[in-house]
Amino acid sequence: MGKLIATVIRRDLLLAYRRRADVLTTLFFFVIVVSLFPLGVGPEMKTLRLIAPGVVWVAALLASMLSLQRLFAADYQDGTLEQMLLAPQPLAAIVLGKIVAHWMVSGLPLALMAPLLGLQFNLPPAALGVLFLALLLGTPVLSLIGAIGAALTLGLRGGGVLLSLLVLPLYIPALIFGAGAVEAYVVGVSPEGHLSLLGALLIFSGLAAPWVTALALRIAME
Amino acid sequence: MLEAAHLTCQRGERTLFTGLSFTLSAGELLQVAGPNGSGKTSLLKLLCGLSPPLEGTVNWQNAPVRGEDFRRNLLYIGHQNAVKEDLSALENLRIATDFAGEPLSDAQALAALARMGLAGREHLPAKVLSQGQKRRVTLARLLVSRAPLWVLDEPLTALDVRAVELIQLRLAEHLARQGMVVLTTHQPLQVPGVTPRRIELS
Amino acid sequence: MTINIFKFSSPATFYPLAGKLIPWFYGLAAILTVIGLYISFFVAPTDATQGEVYRIIFIHVPAAWMSMFIYLLMAGWAGLGLILNTRLSSMMAHALAPTGAMFTFVALITGAFWGKPAWGTWWDWDARMTSELILLFLYIGYMSLTAAIDDVRRADKAGAILALVGAVNVPIIYFSVKWWNTLHQGASVSLTRAPSMAETMLLGMLIMALAAWMYAIAAALSRVRLIMLEREKSSAWVQALLEQKP
Repeated sequence: MGKLIATVIRRDLLLAYRRRADVLTTLFFFVIVVSLFPLGVGPEMKTLRLIAPGVVWVAALLASMLSLQRLFAADYQDGTLEQMLLAPQPLAAIVLGKIVAHWMVSGLPLALMAPLLGLQFNLPPAALGVLFLALLLGTPVLSLIGAIGAALTLGLRGGGVLLSLLVLPLYIPALIFGAGAVEAYVVGVSPEGHLSLLGALLIFSGLAAPWVTALALRIAME
Repeated sequence: MLEAAHLTCQRGERTLFTGLSFTLSAGELLQVAGPNGSGKTSLLKLLCGLSPPLEGTVNWQNAPVRGEDFRRNLLYIGHQNAVKEDLSALENLRIATDFAGEPLSDAQALAALARMGLAGREHLPAKVLSQGQKRRVTLARLLVSRAPLWVLDEPLTALDVRAVELIQLRLAEHLARQGMVVLTTHQPLQVPGVTPRRIELS
Repeated sequence: MTINIFKFSSPATFYPLAGKLIPWFYGLAAILTVIGLYISFFVAPTDATQGEVYRIIFIHVPAAWMSMFIYLLMAGWAGLGLILNTRLSSMMAHALAPTGAMFTFVALITGAFWGKPAWGTWWDWDARMTSELILLFLYIGYMSLTAAIDDVRRADKAGAILALVGAVNVPIIYFSVKWWNTLHQGASVSLTRAPSMAETMLLGMLIMALAAWMYAIAAALSRVRLIMLEREKSSAWVQALLEQKP
């Protein structure tokens, strides 16, 4: 099964690489959204430092969600998704491979970019490390939970907006623990509690989401 | 042995067919005929276990058509080509066979693609291939598959005369080796040495 | 709702049964509401700190309870429909959703109307109200998803998955919101919304909750009958029914 997952990851990474432009747009969206907040709120450094964790996280949520459409839509349209459903392989494993590849392309870059954006918001350097770690743990959760939504809304009109409606409420715990970790650090409290909870979310969704997503895919393709 | 019993299929408000039953044994070819929209593709999907029938059952070796064990015996080629435009013919074929649990080496894949008339084009991204060529990339799986049950939706569409002959020959080989085929086609079918059974949906 | 399930699990037999039951449930709801309101406004004592304003609790709390209870019921029926492939179970889930959403909305509005006079803000982002808001989003999500899918069987099954995923997430969301709230409030203020419970207050809330439950059953049964008629309109029993009407 490990070999299957590796094949799927390689395939999806190859496909993403051949359409690099698509991938970069998610990252640029993230950067733009984060940059909008100072413009809306005012450049006062103290305020920016306060809102930074929340802003970065919400922007990450939105960017992640926009990229979710790409998870299954292309495969659905050209018939390769149907072939995956008919493969003599556990669909949940194939789904896990796709989610991992999706995260590597849409989530990991956000985590890597975030510290740079945090600098713009006057976050202290050590807090940037916590921000990175929180997003590193949290963005896979977003991909995992989002996959369920993407599978449920496969092929539907108004897909993107509907997907957001379904998935954003489910993102809230990750948002709270993730942003909370950074805020805690900034006020001098240990972010351990938040990060462990985030880690627990990751484990739980890692175990449950591929399986639920596979079920949702079969239902969507009936 | 593939057994369909009392199948009823509904799409939206319309009942496409009811009470459809048949048995397919080794070496047999079943042609599903009927006008557009009569439910041919829906029937094929029921046989593959992709969707559950409204009523009735589909069994493979007396077990429902569900699960990895059944799917290991199935090769399904649908209307769509299931070819990724951004990948080459070679990459597409190798990934498809990897998923099917019958991995190919580069040499084997290239040989299959060459037999399908794609020599010299194996490394180009599939988006530059013509419709017929893309179809041939998918059909190359027929040359290498070891699955006993083949369910094919319009396999001969967009193919030239030579390719049609090649596929028909391959079908004959498969059937001679105790394989089974269910297919739909709008074109006249001539599989050497085989009289197809027919089901007409109306 | 569990009288000899299998006999009444066919829409054709359930339709007339539901029709007979509905007026009884509305009746019970009406009676219990009158009793409950009487207790709420005339029997329960005036609260020491909040005065008369607190009486909105007799609508707010039962509504909140029902909003959560109905969500679980809805997820349960939907899940049953998914596993057993029974049409009526899925229809019950669809029928319950709007009523559940309504109670959630009522809980939020009454919460706001309580908050303003009681401590000066229409909305104060405490754990329970925020979770209630998120619950409203979950209801809306379920209703939107099922409305967006044309194929009835897919809509039922996809809705079931969403409802079940939501149900599993509700405790997680509530826990995270509570965590968020206590961190930001600090130890200074722990807003205990409800005044210390006199027995009559509890009784009032319970009776109103029961009234709400009777209403919910009646509303869901009415709605499920409509759903049945729409979904099964090509079947024999519906045709016969429609021909009967003068």
